[in-house]
Amino acid sequence: MHELSVVMSIIDIAQKESSKANASIIDEIEIDIGCFSTVEIDAFEFAWQQAVKETILETTVKKVNHIKGKAKCLNCSAEFALENIYDACPVCGEHLIDIIEGKELRVKSLIVS
Amino acid sequence: MCATCGCGTDDSHDLKELDHHHHKKIVDVEKDVLHENNLLAQRNRGYFEAKNILALNLVSSPGSGKTSLLERTLIDLKNELDFAVIEGDQQTSNDADRIHATETKVTQINTGKGCHLDAHMVLHAVQGMKLTQNSILFIENVGNLICPAMFDLGEKERVVIISVTEGDDKPLKYPDMFYSSTLCIINKIDLLPYVPFDIEKVKANAKKVNHKLEIIELSCTSGEGLELWYNWLKSKVLAPEIA
Repeated sequence: MHELSVVMSIIDIAQKESSKANASIIDEIEIDIGCFSTVEIDAFEFAWQQAVKETILETTVKKVNHIKGKAKCLNCSAEFALENIYDACPVCGEHLIDIIEGKELRVKSLIVS
Repeated sequence: MCATCGCGTDDSHDLKELDHHHHKKIVDVEKDVLHENNLLAQRNRGYFEAKNILALNLVSSPGSGKTSLLERTLIDLKNELDFAVIEGDQQTSNDADRIHATETKVTQINTGKGCHLDAHMVLHAVQGMKLTQNSILFIENVGNLICPAMFDLGEKERVVIISVTEGDDKPLKYPDMFYSSTLCIINKIDLLPYVPFDIEKVKANAKKVNHKLEIIELSCTSGEGLELWYNWLKSKVLAPEIA
């Protein structure tokens, strides 16, 4: 259940960034979560509901961008959609791949007032 | 600047006014959620590099033999290398007691309800340890193949341990840990005749997840393969710089 640590870090970032912008309310938060970020979405949602209580994010609208996996084959340079980390390159069948999208886990933006 | 209320003096370019009269602004944050952990991990890494300490993060499911491998290693290489150990467990100091019995410097971290070590815990553990120059620091993570994958501790290498009493599809079921590790140790190979564990299959599965992963097969009980692990360790220790 490392998702709770993830949510706590998000609250921390939101607090710091909103005070830097001299804002007291965060209306919306936009978060990128890649499918290989090791965050389980159901656990994340559950942790979110509990953890944001009595914080600056309690009433904030949360927008999550789920980012799909993309890889580049180091053997034939093909770029392709990656569903599982262990998938082979669909062009040459090699497992020599580099994940180029899907590892994201970041706070993208806030809308504050 | 707004003539009505005087707002808009903030020249920070990552603030954009969205709805002027409600004073809503967009703040472009673009910050990694684990930013704080990663900063502390880099701080740990800098400390280790400055003292030429080889820090290794040992991860596995509970019961794969992390502590047994350490006990054996600490005793066998006692006269050749200098070691220290950080033990991570939810509760008890049982593992630290076992390491202490080998006369190695050890600190126990109890994570309480936590399922992983993070860079902050390691930072504080290291502060109290007075690590010696040119040594090896083993950080034995909480037995868990999922959560610790996410947290950089500042280690040089991550070593994932799997034992032959587990399933040979484990690398596929828990790919993140195998993806983020540099060495995989397959432990308890003395039990291979008694269990339906296909060692070639597990190696192929691990390589599917991470083509750069090195693999060493060994048994802490029979001692088979330990030499490979010891050679790997010695190869990673940098010769101390001569001032």
